[in-house]
Amino acid sequence: MLDTLVLMFSQPFMQRAVFGGIVISVCAALLGVSLVLKRYSMIGDGLSHVGFGAVVVASALNFAPLAVAIPVVVIAAFLLLRLGESSEIKGDAAVALVSTGALAIGVVASSLTTGMNQDFNSYMFGTILGLSKSDVIVSLAVSIPVLILFILFYNRIFAVTFDESFAKAVGVKAGVYNALVAVLTSLVIVLGMRLMGALLISSLVIFPSLTSMRVCKTFRSVVITSGIVSAVCFLFGICASVLYDLPTGASIVISNIVAFVIFWIVGKIKNS
Amino acid sequence: MALIEAKNVCLGYDGHDVVTNLNFHVDRGDYLCVVGENGSGKSTLIKALLGLKKCSSGHLHFLEGLKQNQIGYLPQQTAAQKDFPASVYEVVLTGNAGKKKFFGFYSKNDKRKALDNMSILGISELKNKCYRNLSGGQQQRVLLARALCATESLLLLDEPVTGLDPVATEDMYDLLYHLNRDHGITIIMVSHDIRAALRYSTRMLHLRGSQLYFGKTCDYLSSEAGRIFMGGEDNA
Repeated sequence: MLDTLVLMFSQPFMQRAVFGGIVISVCAALLGVSLVLKRYSMIGDGLSHVGFGAVVVASALNFAPLAVAIPVVVIAAFLLLRLGESSEIKGDAAVALVSTGALAIGVVASSLTTGMNQDFNSYMFGTILGLSKSDVIVSLAVSIPVLILFILFYNRIFAVTFDESFAKAVGVKAGVYNALVAVLTSLVIVLGMRLMGALLISSLVIFPSLTSMRVCKTFRSVVITSGIVSAVCFLFGICASVLYDLPTGASIVISNIVAFVIFWIVGKIKNS
Repeated sequence: MALIEAKNVCLGYDGHDVVTNLNFHVDRGDYLCVVGENGSGKSTLIKALLGLKKCSSGHLHFLEGLKQNQIGYLPQQTAAQKDFPASVYEVVLTGNAGKKKFFGFYSKNDKRKALDNMSILGISELKNKCYRNLSGGQQQRVLLARALCATESLLLLDEPVTGLDPVATEDMYDLLYHLNRDHGITIIMVSHDIRAALRYSTRMLHLRGSQLYFGKTCDYLSSEAGRIFMGGEDNA
C-alpha cells in the first residue's frame, strides 16, 4: 500500500494535484469560517452552480471558460449577498433560485451544443488528477493573494463577521469587507470547481469550519484548525481515491464527513 | 457643555419622515433614556447618532473632539452571535476595530484597554472562555466592555436588557448606574422599560413620530406625556 502511494506521489500529475488541491482547500476553509458564521453556507453551493452554468455557456460559445466564469460568479456573489439583506426575496430562497436556475441553463446549453460529454462531467465532478501546469499556476496566483488578504484583514473580517452593526458604528467599512469576502469566495469557488467539481466545491467551504467549531472555542483556533483539517482531509481523500480507485472529489468530501464526526464526538466528550 | 445637541432634527427614509422636530441635548455625565413604542423612531435616531444616517433636515451637532465613531455602541444581539465561537478577549478587542491603523492589527495600547475594560466590568476571569457558553448577562457585559474600548466618554445602548432574566436585568442596570456615576460615562439608553428609565436616568426623551417629552426625569411624571404613558400602563 505504501509502495503504491510512493509511486503515485512521484508522478508529476499527482504532485500537481496535491499542490493545487491543498492551497485551494485551505483558502476555501478560511473563507468558509466567515460564511458559515454569517449564515451564508449555501452561497458556496449557489455560486458553484452559477460557475458551472457560466463555464458551459462559455465553452458553447467558444470563449475561455475561466475568463467568463470569474466575472459572472463575482457578480452573482454580490447579488446574493445583497439579496440576503433585502426583504423581497429572502437569502436562502434567493440562493436556491440562482443555483437551480444557473444549473438548468448550463445543462440546456451543454445539450444544445456538445451533449453530456466529458467536459460536462469534468465540471460537474472535477478533474483534479488532470491539472495542467498552468492550472497550478492559476491556483497559486489566486490562493496566495487570498491568504495574504485574509491574514492582513483578519481582525476586521472577524469584527464584521461577529457584529456588523457594531463594526459599522465604530467606523469599519463593513460593506468593503463583505465585498472582499464575496470576491475572494467567488475566485476560490471557480477554481475549486475544476478540482472538486461544481457539485462538491461547497463542501470544501462548509465542512472544515463546521468541523473545527465542534471543538474550538476561539475564532483564531477555528480559523487555523479549519485550514489544517481541510488540508489533511484533502490528502486522505486523494490517497483513498488512488488506492481504491474511487472518484477523487467524493472521496475528499467523505474524508471531511469522517473528520466532522470525529470532532463532533470529541466535542461532546469535552463538554460533558 | 453639551456633548450632542439636536436642533429641529427630522429623520426618515426615502423622503418620508419617521420622526420630526427633535430638539434635545446630551450633557457630559448625563444618563438619557429614550423611550417610545416600536416604530416611534428610536432605531432611526440611533443610526443618526452613530453617523450611519443623515438628517433630512435640522442639525445634529457633536461637541468638538467627539467623533461619531467614538461612541461606544451596544447593539441588540443577533441570533448568529449567540453561538459564535470566539473567546471573550477576542470579542472585547474588536471594540478597537474602528481605529485607523496598519491593516487593523491591534496595538499594545488596544490590548491593555481591552483588559482594563474587562476588569471594570468584572469579566477578567472569563477572558479565555467561549462567548457562546456564557449566560445572557455575561454576554452583555462582554459587549459592554467592547463598547467601552471604542469610547472615552459616551455609551449608546439599544435595549440592553432584552432577553435577560430579572436578576441579570437588575444587574445590568446597576452596572450602568455604576459606570455613569463612578466612571463619569455619559449614557444614552434606548428602552421599552419605562420603570427602569424612571429609576435610573437623569433625563428622558419620549418619542412618538415627534418629540413628546424631553427634560429631567423627575419632571416626566408630571408632564402630559408622562401622565398618558403611566395611565396607559396602569390600565393595561
